[in-house]
Amino acid sequence: MQIKEQSTQYDVCIVGSGAGGGMAANKLAEAGLKVALLEAGPFFDPAKPEYQTQLKWPWESPRRGAGSTRAFGDFDAAYGGWEIEGEPYTRKNGTEFDWFRSRMLGGRTNHWGRISLRFGPLDFRRGDYDGRGDNWPISYDDVAPYYDKVDKMLGVFGSKENLPNEPDGYFLPPPKPRLHELHYIKAARKANVPVIPSRLSILTRPINKQRGVCFYCRQCSRACRVYADFSSSTCLVIPALEGNNIDLYTNAMVREVTTDENGKATGVSYINKEDLQEYQVKAKTVILAASACATARILLNSKNTRHSNGLGNSSGLVGKYLHDSTGASRSGFVPALMNRKRYNEDGVGGMHVYTPWWLDSKKQDFARGYHIEVWGGMGMPSYGTGFGVSEMNRFVRDATVGGYGSKLKEDARRFYGAVVGMSGRGECLAREDNYCEIDPNVVDKYGIPVLRFHYTWSDDEVKQAKHMQDTFEEILTNMGAELLGNKPGPESQYGLAAPGRIIHEVGTTRMGSDPKKSVTNSKQQLHDVDNVYVVDGGPFVSQADKNPTWTILALSWRTSDIIIDNFKKMNI
Amino acid sequence: MKKKLDRRETVKSLLLGGVAGGLVLQGCQPGAESDTKSETAEEQVPGGGYGRTEEEMARDQALKEQEFLTAHELATITVLCDIILPADENSGSATDAGVPDFIAFIVKDMPYHQVPVRGGLMWLDHESNSRFGKKFVDCTAADQVAIIDDIAYPDKVDPGLSQGAKFFSLMRDLTMTGFYTTKIGIDDLGFVGNIPNVWDGVPDEVLKEQGLEYDQEWLSKCIDQSTRDKMPEWDDEKNLIG
Ligand SMILES: Cc1cc2nc3c(=O)[nH]c(=O)nc-3n(C[C@H](O)[C@H](O)[C@H](O)COP(=O)(O)OP(=O)(O)OC[C@H]3O[C@@H](n4cnc5c(N)ncnc54)[C@H](O)[C@@H]3O)c2cc1C
Ligand code: SF4
Repeated sequence: MQIKEQSTQYDVCIVGSGAGGGMAANKLAEAGLKVALLEAGPFFDPAKPEYQTQLKWPWESPRRGAGSTRAFGDFDAAYGGWEIEGEPYTRKNGTEFDWFRSRMLGGRTNHWGRISLRFGPLDFRRGDYDGRGDNWPISYDDVAPYYDKVDKMLGVFGSKENLPNEPDGYFLPPPKPRLHELHYIKAARKANVPVIPSRLSILTRPINKQRGVCFYCRQCSRACRVYADFSSSTCLVIPALEGNNIDLYTNAMVREVTTDENGKATGVSYINKEDLQEYQVKAKTVILAASACATARILLNSKNTRHSNGLGNSSGLVGKYLHDSTGASRSGFVPALMNRKRYNEDGVGGMHVYTPWWLDSKKQDFARGYHIEVWGGMGMPSYGTGFGVSEMNRFVRDATVGGYGSKLKEDARRFYGAVVGMSGRGECLAREDNYCEIDPNVVDKYGIPVLRFHYTWSDDEVKQAKHMQDTFEEILTNMGAELLGNKPGPESQYGLAAPGRIIHEVGTTRMGSDPKKSVTNSKQQLHDVDNVYVVDGGPFVSQADKNPTWTILALSWRTSDIIIDNFKKMNI
Repeated sequence: MKKKLDRRETVKSLLLGGVAGGLVLQGCQPGAESDTKSETAEEQVPGGGYGRTEEEMARDQALKEQEFLTAHELATITVLCDIILPADENSGSATDAGVPDFIAFIVKDMPYHQVPVRGGLMWLDHESNSRFGKKFVDCTAADQVAIIDDIAYPDKVDPGLSQGAKFFSLMRDLTMTGFYTTKIGIDDLGFVGNIPNVWDGVPDEVLKEQGLEYDQEWLSKCIDQSTRDKMPEWDDEKNLIG
């Protein structure tokens, strides 16, 4: 295929418009650099009616919001999912990894959970702490100024708690707990499990004139039409497009980073999904932010005589140390919540309270820890509402399961909003033998070689899941709940979700000071090629028991400042 | 493919969003109005009225043009749905809520329902034929209910009828979900959300009834909703001071 070259040379070319790419695009354009932003998916803006699902009613979808085409249902703001037509991935040696991809402006940040946690001081030096894995080459103090700036620029609610490894931020005030959350607080405290207000990037108060304030519809996963929650599309890319420094290329599927005879990057080549031709964009600096695994794929596919292993891969570690959070859940039926009085308890699109990791990992029989998310309440019905409601009669004396007629309507009313659940999200040890690589036999419909995954849980993660189940059971029991389903045991690894399912992929281009043991340096710059940077979750050395996005944003801003500085020096 | 933002359009739609925000502040509840509005206004909106991509719209269209259930099957489903959820003093019936049409669509959308639904309906006709010499729809209401009574209570089913019970449970699930995702069903259930509002905690009477209260320390951290329009200010210690 003839590759079409463009004559413009950009200062910077950014691949991917999610958390990492959006932040870099925003900051670099603001500094006056000429930016090409390439995104594999289409444009998306929830302020425009044609993209909106927020405030729709279930009957506006013929399948009532079921997940037939979108993994999390018709109204979820993610184009893509676990499987994308024509874009396969494979697995090795019978292991499991499920790969979630959102293909659209803003990537996965249009529908993410908005849980916005800083990593703590300890999370950057786990190697020292327990000897399992490596320290980061940077410390909390290096990142803290950027966390501060991200808080103020994008907005996050929470509360000042002065906990040692859960650093406080510049928080907006959080909303009051809902009813089931009050039950959770009481029951958890009884089990000596602390609970604090959650930390979500949702505006309970205004932080600028461009974004509205939350009107409590509980639908952040549908993307907010007034931009009251953080998405990279609405808060980073779209505002930056108003200047003149960004050219946004949508439906542009990047294949590889192009290099010159000295091994320096010259830009990227991509397939335009609309005409299926291959094009080249030239830039002085290339920033990869396609999500940790997609970035590894691009690097590994950027093979040539100089970089026979793929670009930036002299260590052989591109794709290695892939890790996702652990996850397990349990729910229960709470009789105290039967026959509830009706009122609007939508609140924000996420929990109002949560439990950060509260124990000393050294005293457990597994490494690291997890936090607990809690859910429940009188949610908006959608496909699946009403399934098996009558089963709940098993927990009620003298009631019959099944039947028909007005009795069923009564069941639906009295059991509505009476189920409470909790999910643990924890840290998985980063291991070299959990990885993605190029499958030698398979290409996608654009002719690009695809990823093959190899991933197993170790004993530590399984034992962590067991600990979660014991904790959930104790808390639910304290709540007076009847536990639903059987307690997951060793046969199901204690309900531990399959790798990938928590959608926190990180680690594939880990940072470090030794080029033999890492792919990027502490600036998120490839050791091997100094004009290529990675600003998604790839450079993470370890995951922490926290969701990754706030850290991706802070590190992307930090790297952007370094790049801006370089450009300034070059021009002087 | 290179795209610059049409600023006018964004600002315009942000303002539309702003109106919703304004309603909140006046304490006005646009619930009923937004129902009717969505049905008329959405027709012209690209995105099929509920934010579809082009591929998704094409898929919806193709499903709508297909037929799976026969007229006889649909007639039987209609009778079953209304046995499962009849009209009563609280709300209308399953057919009032359009449940048979929903089931006709969902078996096309989720093909794994096709064999259980079609086969279950055949099972039912076979059962009514052997008991009463008629297809299920042609039986008297009393005869219909006699069969249903035998398959409606999963814990008490004669083992010889277990497949029928399985089928009835599926019909019950589909009918329930089809019903509670309509306006009729949602009103019956009493879901009052999905409108702009200002959450300010659990109502006092509910707290009392549940024997719970907000502790003061926690409340002091939470938003005072009279400040929801004010830009925040912090001191250097990250305390919110304004
Ligand atoms: C349901 C869900 C809930 C979540 N909840 C939370 C949460 O509460 N808290 C949290 O911290 N994290 C959460 N996450 C994770 C969060 O979404 C990610 O950490 C974050 O989006 C990562 O940002 P990113 O820029 O690395 O990648 P992404 O947001 O995935 O963006 C990558 C972009 O690159 C594009 N791209 C990929 N390949 C190419 C290519 N070859 N060429 C061009 N473009 C390409 C993609 O289309 C995409 O737009 C959640 C994720 C999901 C799915
Ligand atoms: S809960 Fe608030 S921030 Fe989230 S979508 Fe609704 S209005 Fe927007």
